[in-house]
Amino acid sequence: MEEFVQHLLNGLNLGAVYALIALGYTMVYGVLQLINFAHSEVYMVGAFAGFYGANFLRLTDKPGWGAFALTLLMSVVVCSVLGLCIERFAYRPLRNAPKLNALITAIGVSLFLQFAGQVVFGATPQFFPQVLEDRTLFQAGAIQIQLFDVTILSVALIAMAGLHYLIQYTRTGMAIRAVSFSFRSATLMGINVNGVIAVTFIIGSSLAGIAAVLVALKYPKIDPLMGMLYGMKAFVAAVLGGIGNFRGAVLGGIIMGLSEEMVVAYLSSSLRDALAFGLLIFILLVRPSGLLGQMKVEKV
Amino acid sequence: MSAPVLSVKNLKVNYGAIEAVKGISFEVFAGEVVSLIGANGAGKTTTLRAVSRLLPSEGEILLNGKDITGTAPHKLIDEGLVHSPEGRGIFLNMTVEENLKLGAFRRKDLKDLESEMNACFDMFPRLKERLRASAGTLSGGEQQMLSISRALLSKPKVLILDEPSLGLAPRIVQQIFQIIQTLNKQGMTILLVEQNARMALKVSHRAYVLETGKVRLSGEGRALLANPEIQAAYLGVT
Repeated sequence: MEEFVQHLLNGLNLGAVYALIALGYTMVYGVLQLINFAHSEVYMVGAFAGFYGANFLRLTDKPGWGAFALTLLMSVVVCSVLGLCIERFAYRPLRNAPKLNALITAIGVSLFLQFAGQVVFGATPQFFPQVLEDRTLFQAGAIQIQLFDVTILSVALIAMAGLHYLIQYTRTGMAIRAVSFSFRSATLMGINVNGVIAVTFIIGSSLAGIAAVLVALKYPKIDPLMGMLYGMKAFVAAVLGGIGNFRGAVLGGIIMGLSEEMVVAYLSSSLRDALAFGLLIFILLVRPSGLLGQMKVEKV
Repeated sequence: MSAPVLSVKNLKVNYGAIEAVKGISFEVFAGEVVSLIGANGAGKTTTLRAVSRLLPSEGEILLNGKDITGTAPHKLIDEGLVHSPEGRGIFLNMTVEENLKLGAFRRKDLKDLESEMNACFDMFPRLKERLRASAGTLSGGEQQMLSISRALLSKPKVLILDEPSLGLAPRIVQQIFQIIQTLNKQGMTILLVEQNARMALKVSHRAYVLETGKVRLSGEGRALLANPEIQAAYLGVT
């Protein structure tokens, strides 16, 4: 039983990270109906931004909340700029082109960043600086709660709550929802559609940057291909919950994290990655629109 | 007469190789209701979309004497050109209230917004009852009321209405046309596109009859109503 609770906590943590990344996929899909495959590389660049920034500022000399927050901030800023550039230079020129062109471009941008990453950052894995020191906060029998676990979960929750507030209660959020419903109608309301799309990329990329630092904190080995697996799993999480749906992305992420943890704990750790793709195939077969997604009837 | 508020000269719009609008010219003066009537495919909606810069076009579009062909479409609302589109353009993923607020999205001056909203509710009491409901649950007539109210909250100087009566029950159609007349009496300039030619001509000062992308006829609403050619082609009089 104690073991199960421990797995539950770990799974929840992993799920929160998946959810953060999945939100980025879902937001972009919501406004552009585009799977932004480059999102996983934004996540990777976020980890490296934290790595270089923290090393440059020697944040490991004085680890703590200040150092951690500063690392988060650097990652978020770099990811925002990168997301903005990807939108501006890769996707915007294709705004009126068939959807498939943009999708192929997304794959191209993703590959470009993976390999450019190997050139710029080097292909050898690097060790993420310890900007925060881990310690055990609570122990009862086999249950152990680490500071990192609490940090990851709370930062992720705060980010998600912030996003919820932004989308539901602010002027910007209203504009994002309007654009995701219809470019034309949004334009007629006086909404600058390109501007809103750019903001969407900034927000989604920021969440990826946050997720990158959180993961790198716990699993400090980072390399230019680290985005692939997390990105793919977060993408599956977004599809599982219903891509384009915010609550769906969070739900999908949590389910994904929990089931991965449970599979590793009670079946076999070699099934860890098979699960994600198994889930993807399963959901596409039984409920292609995802758990919370709405079935869309194609209008003619 | 003073200069027109909206003046369109030799407007041409292409969809790829197909020329949908082939050199249309028309004018709208302050305080007028002007309608564009014609059959399906005559180019009415395309013309309106080009005026709102949702579609690229050739020719001149002057709003208060200023050429707007180079203006970004989302900025036209600042110039007072407000467009309630065909199909009503309601955001079905939002509440009625949010839809109304989107009408005022670009407005800097919001102090009168509440009283303006109340004026809309006086016109369409149903909207007040459904304020917190999802716009997707509204009936077609209610959506049209919402679309018009929302457009009014954008503070139009020229209000473009595309097919406001489409798909509505006759009683609602009557109500919508009454509202158009009331708004006009309050000084609103309206550019109207309608398939319901009889109703449109009744409320219009002037009208243009479009046929396959060209202006076939134009004149005063009443005169066109009495025109035998129009009667035969659009009013079902034989």
